[in-house]
Amino acid sequence: MTGMTLAAAIPPIPAPHIEYLQLSPMLAVFGAALVGILAEAFVPRRHRYATQIGIALAGLAASFGLILYLALDGYAGSKADLAAMGAVAVDGPSLFLQGVITLVAVVAVLQFAERRLEPRSSTGAPVDSFAPEGAAVPGSDAEKRAATSGHATTEVYPLTMFAVGGMLLFPAASDLLTMFVALEVFSLPLYLLCALARRRRLLSQEAAVKYFLLGAFSSAFFLFGLALVYGYAGSVQLGQIARVVEGQATVTPALANTTGNDALLLIGLAMLGVGLLFKVGAVPFHMWTPDVYQGAPTPVTGFMAAATKVAAFGALLRLLYVAFPGIAWDWRPVLWGVAILTMVAGAIIAVTQTDVKRLLAYSSVAHAGFILTGVIALDRAGLGAVLFYLAAYSFVTLGAFAVVTLVRDADGEATHLSRWAGLGRRSPLLAAVFALFLLAFAGIPLTSGFTGKFAVFQAAAGSGATALVIVGVLSSAVAAFFYIRVIVLMFFSDPRADGPTVAVPSALTGTAIALGAVVTVALGVAPEYFLHLANQASLFVR
Amino acid sequence: MSFPLLTVTAALPAVGAILTAALPAATDTRSRDRNKVVPLAFSLATLVLACVATARFTPGGPRFQLTEYHSWISQFGIGYSLGVDGIAVVLVLLTAVLVPFVMLASWHDADPVVDDRGTFERNRRTQGFFALILAVEAMVVISFEATDVFLFYVFFEAMLIPMYFLIGGFGDRTKGEDAKQRSYAAVKFLLYNLLGGLVMLAAVIGLYTRAHTFDLVSITTALQNGSLHFPPVVENALFLGFMFAFAVKAPLWPLHTWLPNAMGEATAGVAVLITAVVDKVGTYAMLRFCLNLFPEASKTFAPAILVLSVISILYGALLAVGQKDIKRLVAYASISHFGFIILGIFALTSQGQSGAALYMVNHGVSTAAWLLVAGFLMSRRGSRLIADYGGVQKVAPVLAGTFLVGGLAILSLPGLGPFVSEFLVLVGTFERYPALGIVATAGIVLAALYVLVLYQRTMTGPVKAGNEGVKDLKARELVVVAPLIAMLLVLGIYPKPIADIVNPSVNQTLSQVGRTDPAPHVVNAIGGGQ
Repeated sequence: MTGMTLAAAIPPIPAPHIEYLQLSPMLAVFGAALVGILAEAFVPRRHRYATQIGIALAGLAASFGLILYLALDGYAGSKADLAAMGAVAVDGPSLFLQGVITLVAVVAVLQFAERRLEPRSSTGAPVDSFAPEGAAVPGSDAEKRAATSGHATTEVYPLTMFAVGGMLLFPAASDLLTMFVALEVFSLPLYLLCALARRRRLLSQEAAVKYFLLGAFSSAFFLFGLALVYGYAGSVQLGQIARVVEGQATVTPALANTTGNDALLLIGLAMLGVGLLFKVGAVPFHMWTPDVYQGAPTPVTGFMAAATKVAAFGALLRLLYVAFPGIAWDWRPVLWGVAILTMVAGAIIAVTQTDVKRLLAYSSVAHAGFILTGVIALDRAGLGAVLFYLAAYSFVTLGAFAVVTLVRDADGEATHLSRWAGLGRRSPLLAAVFALFLLAFAGIPLTSGFTGKFAVFQAAAGSGATALVIVGVLSSAVAAFFYIRVIVLMFFSDPRADGPTVAVPSALTGTAIALGAVVTVALGVAPEYFLHLANQASLFVR
Repeated sequence: MSFPLLTVTAALPAVGAILTAALPAATDTRSRDRNKVVPLAFSLATLVLACVATARFTPGGPRFQLTEYHSWISQFGIGYSLGVDGIAVVLVLLTAVLVPFVMLASWHDADPVVDDRGTFERNRRTQGFFALILAVEAMVVISFEATDVFLFYVFFEAMLIPMYFLIGGFGDRTKGEDAKQRSYAAVKFLLYNLLGGLVMLAAVIGLYTRAHTFDLVSITTALQNGSLHFPPVVENALFLGFMFAFAVKAPLWPLHTWLPNAMGEATAGVAVLITAVVDKVGTYAMLRFCLNLFPEASKTFAPAILVLSVISILYGALLAVGQKDIKRLVAYASISHFGFIILGIFALTSQGQSGAALYMVNHGVSTAAWLLVAGFLMSRRGSRLIADYGGVQKVAPVLAGTFLVGGLAILSLPGLGPFVSEFLVLVGTFERYPALGIVATAGIVLAALYVLVLYQRTMTGPVKAGNEGVKDLKARELVVVAPLIAMLLVLGIYPKPIADIVNPSVNQTLSQVGRTDPAPHVVNAIGGGQ
């Protein structure tokens, strides 16, 4: 009897209304991932490589086209709205960052597909930079068999597509649960991809385990924070949280005991922050970056360094700008500290590095700090500046890691810096392009790095964070030192007799590097249009 | 739309640099010479354009002339705006004049190695050297022409890159430890200037948050009519940010230590490019930006900067006296001279600033003459040490004679260009700060010491062992030296044309700062006065 009355009291759960068009960019990528899995099962081994690349690129192209369509149709501006019952925001920042992520992913897939760098297998089949059989124990007979028979881990393409799908969802997620799901969807495939290096497999697996353990830990933080914030606000929807924070919302009776409890709010926000700051690689949550960047296959490192940063900063921006602007007085000082620590520590520790990939890892930490200065601005200028910085930075990063894949010796990539001595004499063009990327990292004018840095510092100064700008400028000077040290090494040192060779890449890596260089120069010399685009996009829907 | 003369003047060397770098690598001496004639032709064409710009400039006309404007990054109020006043147009001309001479003087400095068997080392090093010189020229010219603070900043920083490669990649010492010294000098140059530039970047951003534009003319107008006002603390901080970068570049004691390393390790031609061309951007920017944007702060800090510049004058000169290395001696002499230029700028009198503007020109020409001849001498023996030379005037009289004339210009002998400007600077300083003027005069005495002692040790006396075979100047070298000495004479005897171009701009700057000369006004005999 009581059961019946209860059942009558609960209103029927309505079927969710899903706006398929607005979600289509993500659906296209997830679709490509699923088709990729089917292809893995049904397509004969010798055709898989071409099929998988075709599916991946088609999915990304479709997704990018749909993003463009949505943006042009006004979803980046007047028609911006929440979709899927308020779980996903289709607005300017979402579409801008999704556009950047799909482009980054296209370039990354091109690099994943590169098969000209590694020596051919004994059967004469060209091989890529991934382990022939991920499940085989390193150094075992099974692995040798897989290597000699010329197998390839074509699963990387569907895995990448899942990661990209998660990344597209992450900055667009408009409630904390969706955000968490997106975080896991893009993190899990990345853990796997990190473990799949063809060379130095133990290092690669160690990196993957580290990344997984720390990543799982930070996910747990995020989840716990989510629960606490739910306790505070009675909702996981960002807009609703903001209304509760501002004291405009009615309280759910069931949560009357906890709603409005500031301790829940502050601890919850801190834990959400830990989860996101881990993903962007901010100090003191940066410990994983050097090991993972070094151990992962270099194309994956490039993809991760560029796309994860974009997605994670997108989510961080949405969280802070949409849900918690009301308590900016509480989180801003903390973020000040994190930004200063990140800039200073990233720049100073990078000075002592002797491995190119670790150097780029610490440089990415320092850049996370620079981007944070823009986040702290908490206004439209800051948002636009961060969006621009992310776009600029991701292409420089992709290009730089693509160059790293080309400098090789008998053991694979020669990443120790001493091996790069005199590279400028042997292959001036490659060294010049790498120098361009380093100058962009250093923020020298006429490169995209400078425009981005100027934009975020300008936004920070405009919001009164003068001290942050001064710390930023000084750590830029420290950072410039190590970038320039690499240039000195390449151009002014004598080449070593047993030095590495520069592999001649196929058009795939060539395209990646050329695109990186073109974007770097274009955003440095003529940034007007892109700054305009980023500014136009810089309005969150709530 | 009128012909964009200033853009073309800056773009021509840039195009030349790209073309030169893209030429096919030399396979023999003939194609190597072709690869050098192309950049030389571009630098001469730039000179022609700079002359046209100077001729079309109307002294006493509107403040900025030949102006061009295009929107560049409208979000930040950044425009591509060019324009020259008298000081800028003269410095553009100076740059355009000096670069061809630097190229001619460095004709063989970057030649590829021909090994024992006579095979020609096939590479692009030579053309890279000349392309980099053209790139520096393009960036220096556009820095002089920019009337947008951001545009200026971009090229002020970007010119470090080609300069860095010129210092680090080419030099007379190529092997082992010596090469390490050179790369150390290049890195020191870059880091000092980059740090200065980044501090300036913070100030540039600070300026924007107050003014919301980077256009120099709009900002100065707003400052004058009172619609824009910086609180004193902000103005002082911004001034120091800008001044720090310019004081590193100029360089001013105690930020000078990169210059002796850089000039010592670079080839003589590149050393001239550093001190006579690139560093002028620093002193020019003090006049252009520090004084115009922050007039009150300029007045506040003027005494402190004057004291530093007097220290520069004496310190540079004293260290020059004690040097064993010819190029380092010239570097310290330059530090002393930059002290004079900065003294003239911040004395805030019309004589002082006219003197400073003329000094930039004269210092460029006289240092080029002196150091390029010294470079010819050093290339003959492959040594930079003064102790390795002696009695050269007996075996190479023309070389010794031109070296003496260059040196006499450096020590401001009346009748040669630098005398006029040094005199004006000292008179201008004396008007307001007699004590500093008196102390600075001691710099002239020390200049006589280091110039004449250097001449005496290297040129006079018995021919020192190893110097018997020193050949006299060749035709190419005479082509470099003769016009430079002729210019020194013209600038010394009849400086009126240049002074006429510069003076009205100096007065405009001073009126912006709100300084009038102390009464009684001494009539400026050389420039024709007001």
